Amino acid sequence: MSSAAECTAGAVSAEERFRYLLRLADTSLVLGQRLGEWVGHAPALEEDLALANIALDLFGQARLLLAYAGQVEGRGRDEDQLAFRRDAPEFFNVTLAEQPNGDFGQTIVRQALLDAWQVELYHSLIGSTDEQLANIAAKAMKECRYHWRFSCGWLVRLGDGTEESRARVQAALDGLWRFTGELLTPDALDAHMASHGIAPPLALIRSRWEARLAAALEEATLRQPPPAYFPWHGKRGVHSEHLGHLLTEMQHLQRLHPGATW
Amino acid sequence: MRPGLKFLYHIRLGSVHMYTQALDSCGTEPPSVAPAGEAERERQFQERIDRDEKIEPKDWMPDAYRQTLIRQIAQHAHSEIIGMLPEGNWITRAPSLRRKAVLIAKVQDEGGHGMYLYSAAETLGVSRGELMAQLLAGRAKYSSIFNYPTLTWADIGAIGWLVDGAAIMNQIPLCRCSYGPYARAMVRICKEESFHQRQGYEIMLTLARSGTRAQREMAQDALDRWWWPSLMMFGPSDVESGHTAQSMRWRIKRFTNDELRQKFIDATVPQARFLGLSIPDPDLRWDEASQHYASGPIDWGEFQAVLKGEGPCNRERLAARRAAHESGRWVREAAAAYADKHSDHRTGTGPAPGYAQAS
Amino acid sequence: MNEDWALYEVFIRARSGLEHKHVGSLHAADARMALEHARDTYTRRQEGVSIWVVRSIDILASDPEEAGELFEPARDKVYRHPTFYSIPEEVKNI
Repeated sequence: MSSAAECTAGAVSAEERFRYLLRLADTSLVLGQRLGEWVGHAPALEEDLALANIALDLFGQARLLLAYAGQVEGRGRDEDQLAFRRDAPEFFNVTLAEQPNGDFGQTIVRQALLDAWQVELYHSLIGSTDEQLANIAAKAMKECRYHWRFSCGWLVRLGDGTEESRARVQAALDGLWRFTGELLTPDALDAHMASHGIAPPLALIRSRWEARLAAALEEATLRQPPPAYFPWHGKRGVHSEHLGHLLTEMQHLQRLHPGATW
Repeated sequence: MRPGLKFLYHIRLGSVHMYTQALDSCGTEPPSVAPAGEAERERQFQERIDRDEKIEPKDWMPDAYRQTLIRQIAQHAHSEIIGMLPEGNWITRAPSLRRKAVLIAKVQDEGGHGMYLYSAAETLGVSRGELMAQLLAGRAKYSSIFNYPTLTWADIGAIGWLVDGAAIMNQIPLCRCSYGPYARAMVRICKEESFHQRQGYEIMLTLARSGTRAQREMAQDALDRWWWPSLMMFGPSDVESGHTAQSMRWRIKRFTNDELRQKFIDATVPQARFLGLSIPDPDLRWDEASQHYASGPIDWGEFQAVLKGEGPCNRERLAARRAAHESGRWVREAAAAYADKHSDHRTGTGPAPGYAQAS
Repeated sequence: MNEDWALYEVFIRARSGLEHKHVGSLHAADARMALEHARDTYTRRQEGVSIWVVRSIDILASDPEEAGELFEPARDKVYRHPTFYSIPEEVKNI
């Protein structure tokens, strides 16, 4: 594993590209897994269908990205080996994606924060110098725009709904805001990818994300929490406590029957 | 198109002892003697049915026909919604990303089918809210199969293969049911469900034909547990079910419970054989004379117990639906409150929530 | 507090060139939500390229009891159909 300092210069190695692809893939995978927990338990039947649709989009993205990552890695690992046979420290999703569903308000806040980020990120990745990634991004971008439409609509309804809903969704926002720094603050790998035109500079994503969120929060009559200090590093494999449990559940059959096909 | 609020009906609940199992054989109390004039309308109504004309929402219909349909469609809708739970139980643990996507799509379809059916019931003048309230209060019936637990991944295969297989047998004749909105909903449902049984059988194939020993055992165990409950899905024998005749006269139902059950057995036994699995019925044998499989007796005691709420998961299923309904209330209220505050949204003429941001 | 969402009817255009067709109904708190629910419920298999939603309560439907006076008067207006007119066979393009 290359250290952060080592990846700032020179050509992009397969290992670096692999790790960057896993950031995108794992974020979609883990978020999709969370949304899958909702199916059958949503506040209205129509929302069961909506959340399932978003989960399906996210798993679709994860599969394309994992398959490509496996190809880049060159060790013959397919999407399932990557999804089901890696442990938490080898997952590189942003920490926000693995946060528990909580109530519907918390799920919507998590979704809106990530949707706004994915919309901007995939929008920029369409211009990536990595052609295969650019193709995946073109498909993902349309999906994420719909996700944002959904989550932003709900953010506004809940924020500007009843006293109770505003209180709940504000609490969710206050609780999750601390994970947003990771989405917008580049580390060495982000910077390295940006310098080769594989990924956009995160500063660009930050300004667009902030504008998107500010407008949505204003319409939702919600208060933007202050920036939080603690830096999360899920994208480098250092997660919150929640990911291990999520993976334990997701991976248990594959772990119990190594080598079996399903 | 829809009766509208003017026609709002207060529906009477069916008797508790009614057999409500088979999705197409919902019972009804015998129609009461119609008052003068009504008899002539009923005769004309029956003539329309006999000509295979479809009945549409605002058409005159006998009260018993309306009640039978409401009850049957509601049971069917509830079964779809409750049916999301046993399979949903494995979404987070599906063993490959492909299987996971398929399972989510399938469970989602069931939610969609519940919606189509509630939608059809609503054309009869009952609201989804009322039907849901009956379900949550434990006053409505749904297919008892969903009160059995999904214990291993093979259960997901067995449900697709057997439960969806049985459901399809029940549902295909309903596409020609005399009530237009129900028939149209069933056409869409049958079209969409055609993948459900196949994906289940594919899971069974993978486990039983190319799987490890543990996987084969898992598959056999699932078949052992799901076989009899699947046969019960068709409802009690015609000899005992007093409701079949009227429903058949109204063309709500087109085959008897026993006919459909036999059809299912005949189709399924060779499929089990191909998997190399054995059907858990020592009396099962091919009968040359009738050209059908003869099978052993069904334990109707178990069936009645599960219907009465004593199945392994009745409590859990209703509790899960209630929890979703209760914990979703503030969300539904918030959306309604938002819509009231911005009442131009209801008609779509004003700005919509998040519209400015949604680009 | 009110938690019942309004009933909406959904119409889908299967592909351009075709008219919108009624496909069913759903519940939603506002019009935009209705549109999104319609998308998620009724176009999961590429069934449409355009969606209309309208509140069910806003639809005025004709009464089947009045079908006689509404529709039967059209029955004897056979002269509205081209087959009513006989033209000699040797006359073409008409």
